[in-house]
Amino acid sequence: MSSEDHIKETDTEARFEFKKEQKSAFQTEKGLTEETIRLISEDKDEPEWMLERRLRALEQYKAMPMPTDWPGQPDLSEVEIDEIVPYIRPDIETRGGAENWDDLPEEIQDTFDKLGIPEAEKKALSGVGAQYESEIVYQNMQEQWEEKGVIFCDMDKAVQEHEEIVKEHFMTKCVPPSDNKFAALHGAIWSGGSFVYVPEDVTVNMPVQAYFRMNSEGMGQFEHTLIIAEEGSEMHYIEGCSAPKYSAFNLHSGGVEVFVGEDAHVQYSTVQNWSKNTYNLNTKRAIVEENGRMEWISGSMGSKATMLYPSTILKGRGASDNHITIAMAGEGQDIDTGAKVYHNAPETKSTIESKSIAKDGGRTNYRGLVHIADGAENSSTAVECDALMFDNESTSDTMPYMEINESKVDVAHEATVGKIGDEDIFYLQSRGLDDDDAKQMIVSGFIEPITEELPIEYAVELNRLVELEMEGSLG
Amino acid sequence: MATLEINDLHARVAEEDGERILRGVDLTVESGEIHALMGPNGSGKSTTAKVIAGHPAYEVTDGEILLHLDEADVADIDEDIDEADYTWNLLELEPNERAALGIFLGFQYPAEIEGVTMTNFLRQAINAKHEEREELFEDEEAEADADEDEDAGYDSSPMEGPTDEGEIGVAEFQQLLSEKMELLDMDEKFMQRYLNAGFSGGEKKQNEVLQAAMLEPAVAVLDEIDSGLDIDRLQDVAKGINALRDEQGTGVLQITHYQRILDYVEPDHVHIMLDGEVVKSGDAELAEQLEDKGYDWVREEVYEAA
Repeated sequence: MSSEDHIKETDTEARFEFKKEQKSAFQTEKGLTEETIRLISEDKDEPEWMLERRLRALEQYKAMPMPTDWPGQPDLSEVEIDEIVPYIRPDIETRGGAENWDDLPEEIQDTFDKLGIPEAEKKALSGVGAQYESEIVYQNMQEQWEEKGVIFCDMDKAVQEHEEIVKEHFMTKCVPPSDNKFAALHGAIWSGGSFVYVPEDVTVNMPVQAYFRMNSEGMGQFEHTLIIAEEGSEMHYIEGCSAPKYSAFNLHSGGVEVFVGEDAHVQYSTVQNWSKNTYNLNTKRAIVEENGRMEWISGSMGSKATMLYPSTILKGRGASDNHITIAMAGEGQDIDTGAKVYHNAPETKSTIESKSIAKDGGRTNYRGLVHIADGAENSSTAVECDALMFDNESTSDTMPYMEINESKVDVAHEATVGKIGDEDIFYLQSRGLDDDDAKQMIVSGFIEPITEELPIEYAVELNRLVELEMEGSLG
Repeated sequence: MATLEINDLHARVAEEDGERILRGVDLTVESGEIHALMGPNGSGKSTTAKVIAGHPAYEVTDGEILLHLDEADVADIDEDIDEADYTWNLLELEPNERAALGIFLGFQYPAEIEGVTMTNFLRQAINAKHEEREELFEDEEAEADADEDEDAGYDSSPMEGPTDEGEIGVAEFQQLLSEKMELLDMDEKFMQRYLNAGFSGGEKKQNEVLQAAMLEPAVAVLDEIDSGLDIDRLQDVAKGINALRDEQGTGVLQITHYQRILDYVEPDHVHIMLDGEVVKSGDAELAEQLEDKGYDWVREEVYEAA
């Protein structure tokens, strides 16, 4: 079966649920010690400053308590870092990622074929990075972008080849390790991820995509993404994630830092479909200069528990932010997600739209913060959160915090929580749709106002995942 | 030519000590006929309609609802049809399976579904209907076995067929839709609106008739399709109902309180319900009598005879 056929014909969990025999060139022991960190850094042949940053982050990690006191937060008691294998380097020749899919070992090539990545690359992407376990195994970008000075490479390679710019931006002013315990953890054992640099006034008109795949049981994935969009530039970055399901827990704790220059525009889209044994605890943040624009689009379908609140600091006058969040929680899932926006300059603008769906006893929570600083006059924010529940066992909460320290602002907030109606289902059934299709239609209608704003390639993938999730539990 | 046959139907609200509403309804509607079902509030008209369509809020305690089909009704099916496939016991089927066999319910209060455009909805409904028909008429023995084995529930899709088989083409769909909408005097803008969301009462009712026209049912049960309509809309809707009968041979069971719509959609038969039963049937003249005299004389007549 060709990869395209595989995608068309396996609209079931099978599309993501396949495991490959684990073949690694190097992996650390379970747990987190200074020795482990030194081993990782040495295996990567890193400059001294990076090792120092890692070790400092490790100290901060140890000093910080596990977050347990957030109201209604997911239960993280199972997350025992000493049970995690933090670093697995797959057995491939090329460091920094092959430029040709054929150069990869068959099992890795087959993994990404099944996920449809090479196919998508041919059709609609400017560049692709693919991470398997702890390392980027494939990295390629169309030549035309290279010629314009765009850099899209593996984060590890960036540390070597673009050392100065990485040293300046890597976990310094955007997401310092001190931000939270998992940011500190990430700072200590990060591996892989993407580095993107878009020069002044360059518009990368097709998205670049990174795909993150965890294959091994009990591992942790800690990729770091650093995006720098210079003045007047534009780009769209898509990340996808998945893993097969194991009985032991997996941990994903990524770090994303985005620098949006003056008049620049960055769109960051995530489709997260981690297996239901994965804890997904990320820190993502953007700093936006004057009249720049940041958009976060997040679809959270997978994972056992997610805590993710992409945040934007609107630093320059007239900077703007748009958050679109779709979360779906089924049996045993606790998806705690939202958005944070800091309006630190006048005439800044943010809109946050969140849609969540809880079914079969799942839980979704919108947790968000909008902060408008004193002096950020003529700023505006609009927050809208809607939740849909399938049954009485499922739960959904909304916690939209607002800190408004400036009086000349425009603040709007709306929230709805509803249960899927039996009469609505019967109406659709009486027109010929079966129970599942009727519910699916109601759900896609519920998220429609959001999906119609999405880039097409993202909307297609998202809709397919929503369908898949619905089939998985309602069938 | 299809026949909907309701025999001695008893139903109650599906909850503990649920109220008994239907107490022995007998009614037969054939393709191409227009029936009016009238009666005072609370006599069981709407419940009859919902039970025919399979509403889960009601439990049938006795009686049967049969749908008899003939060769013309299954002309679209490629399979060999068993003799047994010409008669269906609707009470054993899910609402969507009943719809696939040709039962349509026009709702008194249609649901509003946000975010789903009319076009999207209608295409999916038509495709779902075709797909379900294939399944219902295919491999009957295996399905019958499954039915007997577990009386707890009927698996609506025992096998997932390829979904694109037999789907209606975009051009074909658009043309069909344009024709039907023109007939009902509906603006094409409706097609990009969300299903019933923010529709006026009259628009919703037009939309119910439009859906019936698109789905081409064997029997359409229209529950108070005339309520809340101004005179212009009433005429549009009436034209649509007549077209269902004249162009598609649909049998219509129309539930109404008023003679008004019957001036435009002349019924072949009129039935009167009282206290959960059909107590009197007649021709169009019966409805006119009701308009003049109300229901009291029917009640007197029925209870005197009893």
